[in-house]
Amino acid sequence: MKDRPDYLAHAILTLGVLLFAFPVWLVFAGSTQSSDAITRGEISLLPDPAGLGVYARVLTGSTNGGQPVWHMLLVSLGMALCIAFGKIVISVLSAYAVVFFRFPGRQVAFWLIFVTLMLPVEVRIIPTYAVMADFGLINSFTGLWVPLIASATATLLFRQVFVAIPDELVEAARMDGAGPLRFLRDIVLPVSGANIAALFVFLFVYGWNQYLWPLLVATDPRLDTIVIGIVKLIGVETQTDWGAVMATAVLALLPPICVVVLMQRWFVAGLTEGEK
Amino acid sequence: MATLDLIGLRKSFGQTEVLRQVDLSLADGEMLVIVGASGCGKSTLLRMVAGLERPSAGRIVLGGRDIVGLDPAERDIAMVFQNYALYPHMSVFENMAYGLRIRGLARADIQRRVDEAAGLLGLSELLGRKPRQLSGGQRQRVAMGRAIVREPKLFLFDEPLSNLDAKLRVQMRAEIRRLQRRLGVTSLYVTHDQVEAMTLGDRLLVLHQGHPAQLATPMEVFERPADTYVAGFIGAPAMNFLAATLAEGGTAARLDAGPLVRFVDGRRAGTDGDALTVGIRPEHLSLVPDGLALHVDLIEPLGSETLVHGHLASPGETPLVVKLSGHAPPGETLTVALQPAQLHVFDRASGRRIEPIGAETGRPALVGAGLAQ
Repeated sequence: MKDRPDYLAHAILTLGVLLFAFPVWLVFAGSTQSSDAITRGEISLLPDPAGLGVYARVLTGSTNGGQPVWHMLLVSLGMALCIAFGKIVISVLSAYAVVFFRFPGRQVAFWLIFVTLMLPVEVRIIPTYAVMADFGLINSFTGLWVPLIASATATLLFRQVFVAIPDELVEAARMDGAGPLRFLRDIVLPVSGANIAALFVFLFVYGWNQYLWPLLVATDPRLDTIVIGIVKLIGVETQTDWGAVMATAVLALLPPICVVVLMQRWFVAGLTEGEK
Repeated sequence: MATLDLIGLRKSFGQTEVLRQVDLSLADGEMLVIVGASGCGKSTLLRMVAGLERPSAGRIVLGGRDIVGLDPAERDIAMVFQNYALYPHMSVFENMAYGLRIRGLARADIQRRVDEAAGLLGLSELLGRKPRQLSGGQRQRVAMGRAIVREPKLFLFDEPLSNLDAKLRVQMRAEIRRLQRRLGVTSLYVTHDQVEAMTLGDRLLVLHQGHPAQLATPMEVFERPADTYVAGFIGAPAMNFLAATLAEGGTAARLDAGPLVRFVDGRRAGTDGDALTVGIRPEHLSLVPDGLALHVDLIEPLGSETLVHGHLASPGETPLVVKLSGHAPPGETLTVALQPAQLHVFDRASGRRIEPIGAETGRPALVGAGLAQ
């Protein structure tokens, strides 16, 4: 370790932080200013305290004839949670089957899951829509999240985690008399808790940021997510209430940040407490 | 408590035969040590008894019941693993209680059994800790505690001491032996360490490439090894082997190195000129004024004893290790003689031990359990 601070490294770090933080700050500062100033391109870098009322306005009031922001936040939160939990449940179970059981077609199943990694969402979005339509799930909350809960990436990650569980632990549990589900609940899940927490963060943010699928499947304004809501707020250039758009954007940022901050504590604790 | 019988047990993985044919009977309360180099099939044997591996053929009878078709949990067997296999997220108490909880024991019973085992193992203070907060020796004890609380018919030990440092290993070795005696539970113990094997077992089974090479008490295995493999494996430093031929009507061996050594325990069958291997342990070579000339390569002082590594001048630079009490004499060559009463005579082609006529047992000695009770 050097005693003298490394000025070059600090300069680069500061530049990096500024690059990431500046747009967010600009949105926050802009949200408090009048739409006219923004339209003219005269955004001040200092927020105007008098303009903070815009947050209360967008949260509760109906802007542009749509739902208030609190409702959209709620829909987004529900969808993101369902997607994150659904993905974890499904991929934990399928990875568990692939790693700990020997059955015919095990490798085939694994490779089929793996191959779907290579298909981008857009490729299967039309057939997915058709399936959802047949189930009558268009314009329903279920339809928002159900098609998104299968995850090849998460399955693959959990497979790696499970493969790393020592064989002796599996055998000790077998000798102790733990059946498959009991072993999953008592040993596998607690042992991989830190990984589940880490993955939950990624999946929640993924779910929160969904745009294309909610846009397709739900036309009912009551099912508008916050991401859709922002886009709907942007109307014709001159009529757009840019302050409201920016305030909504800031509000849309908050829940993912909360999740990251809260869960980060969790999984850092998980990592440091884990076995050496 | 129960007897264990392995009858015609075999195991192959695909084309590879790992275990060729094992027949074995353990008396109630006996501790049998299975010893062999890595890859000899000893762990496979243990895992088949545990139910973690299916035998290709044969029966495993525990307490009069064939358990081959049973699940590991139904066999009433507890196992201590090499890496302890403690559940990392559970406390010491939970680790020990887990198997009992699954079996549906009452809370009070679990508490009593765990407390008893913890007292026995000196773990009472540590019940609330997690495995990562324990030292290697303590983890080892928890692993044993987990086996003890089950009060099983049979203990299986899979090289339980190999992850401990040398001093702790000696200590835990004695502790395991004391515990096993005290609890009187029939036990199978697998190790590659011949000192562990000698000190722990009522009997030893030496496995060599999936074959049982010898099954006998530790002293029997040491004093009358059944073949050159067992002779070289048991005892440290290892036995010396010298090429020789039968001579003088079967009453002596002519070493290829020159001297004639007479058998003091009796005549061997065979005709003069039969190829033999003569075995002699390093401690059974004595310094004499006119004996085999040994060129010294290396001297290892061990304090009370000295090991001399050397080789014979002829033929073919046969290596020889001599264990001397006290210091090694100076000089580049020593002259040594074989103590005639301590010779081991083997057939050179088959490697099998040749006993004096009248003393043959035919097969490797199958002695009864030498229980000190």
